[in-house]
Amino acid sequence: MLLRTKLFGKTYEFGTIKELLAKANEEKSGDRQAGIAAESAAERMAAKHVLAHVTLETLRQNPAIPHERDEVTRVIDEGVNETIYAEIKSMQLGELREWLLADTTTSAMIRRISNGLTAEMIAGVAKLMSNLDLMIAAKKIRVTAHCNTTIGLPGTLSSRNQPNHPTDSPAGIKASIYEGLSFGSGDCVIGINPSDDSLSSVSRLFEMTHQVITTWKIPTQNSVLAHITTQMEALKRGVPIDLLFQSLAGSEKANQGFGISVGLLDEAYQMARKYCNSNGPNYFYFETGQGTALSAGAHEGADQLTMEARCYGLARRYHPFIVNTVVGFIGPEYLYDSVQITRAGLEDHFMGKLTGIPMGCDACYTNHAVATQNDIENLAVLLTTTGCCYFMGVPMGDDIMLSYQSTSYHDTASLRQLLGLRPIPEFEAWMEDLGLMKDGVLTEKAGDASFFLQK
Amino acid sequence: MDNKEIDIQAIVKEIMAELTQNGAIDPPQENPSPIPEQQQAGIDLPDPSLPENRKKLGVANPYDPEGLRNLCSTTSARLGVGRAGPRPRTETLLLFQADHAITQDAIYGEVDQEVLDKFALFTVHSQVESRVQYLLRPDLGRLLNEESQAIIAERCEKNPQVQIVVGDGLSAAAINNNFPLIYPVIMEGLKAANLSLGTPFFIKNARVGIINDINEIIKADVVVILIGERPGLGISDAMSAYMGWQPAHGKTDADRDVVCMITMNGGTNTLEGGAFVVEMVKKTLKYQASGIALREKAGETG
Repeated sequence: MLLRTKLFGKTYEFGTIKELLAKANEEKSGDRQAGIAAESAAERMAAKHVLAHVTLETLRQNPAIPHERDEVTRVIDEGVNETIYAEIKSMQLGELREWLLADTTTSAMIRRISNGLTAEMIAGVAKLMSNLDLMIAAKKIRVTAHCNTTIGLPGTLSSRNQPNHPTDSPAGIKASIYEGLSFGSGDCVIGINPSDDSLSSVSRLFEMTHQVITTWKIPTQNSVLAHITTQMEALKRGVPIDLLFQSLAGSEKANQGFGISVGLLDEAYQMARKYCNSNGPNYFYFETGQGTALSAGAHEGADQLTMEARCYGLARRYHPFIVNTVVGFIGPEYLYDSVQITRAGLEDHFMGKLTGIPMGCDACYTNHAVATQNDIENLAVLLTTTGCCYFMGVPMGDDIMLSYQSTSYHDTASLRQLLGLRPIPEFEAWMEDLGLMKDGVLTEKAGDASFFLQK
Repeated sequence: MDNKEIDIQAIVKEIMAELTQNGAIDPPQENPSPIPEQQQAGIDLPDPSLPENRKKLGVANPYDPEGLRNLCSTTSARLGVGRAGPRPRTETLLLFQADHAITQDAIYGEVDQEVLDKFALFTVHSQVESRVQYLLRPDLGRLLNEESQAIIAERCEKNPQVQIVVGDGLSAAAINNNFPLIYPVIMEGLKAANLSLGTPFFIKNARVGIINDINEIIKADVVVILIGERPGLGISDAMSAYMGWQPAHGKTDADRDVVCMITMNGGTNTLEGGAFVVEMVKKTLKYQASGIALREKAGETG
């Protein structure tokens, strides 16, 4: 296929759609590490120029990995609504960008065409957008889901209470849960990353969080981010689980590295519907992040943005309650600095929403990335204005188990206050009943973990 | 009112003078405990990063102060910090930023030449040319540059049982603070075991995997690399010792063993860490295996 343009008098030609997509990507250290990034700023622009003229049909016909070799490609392709696809397939990516941004295009209209899009189309249009484009378009797309409560409602901003502990001490984790709740964090989920993936330890954490939720009648859901097979085993034994968790990657091979497959996820999904303790119908929590496939040596020559979009396509199959990118966790060899982390956060949120999933973000960084807490505070504000469903709540942003920095319990309250947003309604009512919040603002009693020593 | 206060101060002064003369107490300091007037003379603060100063409660009027203290004692998470509106309090914020600052100084810092000289370590380089490139290209940190290959070939003992090398990794502070303490412990332990030792050296901009490239030249039975870990918030000088049986191209982390978090600031101390390294080296030599293979072999024979 001929993919060629002139720019400032120089001719640029691209061999394949995959190469074109990679070179049209905004600068990412991961793409450079993989040797697939544009070689100059002008070449990047030439690639974008050509990409703007590629039709949706061409992108569907050229997935990053061929059907016969990759089940993620098959899942996404089989999920396409053919009627809707037939309506839009002749559209060029540049036209899709303008259609998404047009004032006449509504949330409902975008949700409809979502069902006719594949990951390569979604990644492609993201590459043609500026940061503010990504925000304007994503803001329009309203995606809600329900487990025990409803995520993604207009006017809300939710928070995962992330009370991790280096040795999974239930007492230490409970102390952090209390602190978070007292700041209004936890309306999205009380979700623990375990350091010990054993069935007994994971079950103990499910039991403990379930007990806190029951004792205080908290309108939320629990989750322990263990391997899916551990959670399935716990489910079988009657452990109270509201949400099932799994990390996803964008290729079959990378998912093998995680020890998962579509077959396994299908099985887990059936089990969730049968045995989860929550109301549903949305039972899954997924995490993703640009660079995951490359770090597993399973990117198949595709750029990290395209691989990320494929995660969302896979996630959609399981009607998740929440999905978030862990955007700065992977390190500077994939996202070097705050510019790249910020860009990736905005891209991922937009792509998730365009895929039709309720998208949050772990706005975070490691100490060897060129970023500071100020940078992720900035990113959190940007994402909140564009309708991001939730962020992490970590004590002072310092995760003592995973050794990285994310958003804090304070940030949850701050972002709501800054932009006039509220927790999920039932959770806000619960806080008001306890006297921790009044008219959307924390009261004098709030911010005190010992409040929860009353019961 | 003023007169009375002056009187009391005069009396106190008199008594103090008497006691001092008798030798009952030490003479009063020029600058006694800080009170607001002393601010004119300067500010002299205690170190907020000390463990005892980290656990100060910041909550204005806690429901249960004792209970809150107990909650905070169950975890090293930053709890009980209170708030200023929705934001952290000033001292909490500045301590967090200080903890991050020290990680940056560690990552972009340099290993002191004096430390290397003290133990007669010469320096070689990976293929990385700058600190920025080090962060961007882990693959280049796993390979020696050509000049370094030649230096090692020329200066190093070949085919020793144990080769020790040092790498800066992601924390120069880890090497500056821990290497001078752990190195004598390791050397003593290995010499006591009558093992033949290679010529130690330092590699700048090194990743753990560089031991494969090194051992293509040296052909040691065991290679140990002491290397700076990615600084965590508040602990910026953790060092690890990675080691493997006959490292060679293609070997991965699965083929290696590690003694991690060696630091005098809340990890495995250098004395213990050094002893663990010696034990692990002996075990590796005994079973002629490392990593998963070692666990399998050692498990088989008990």
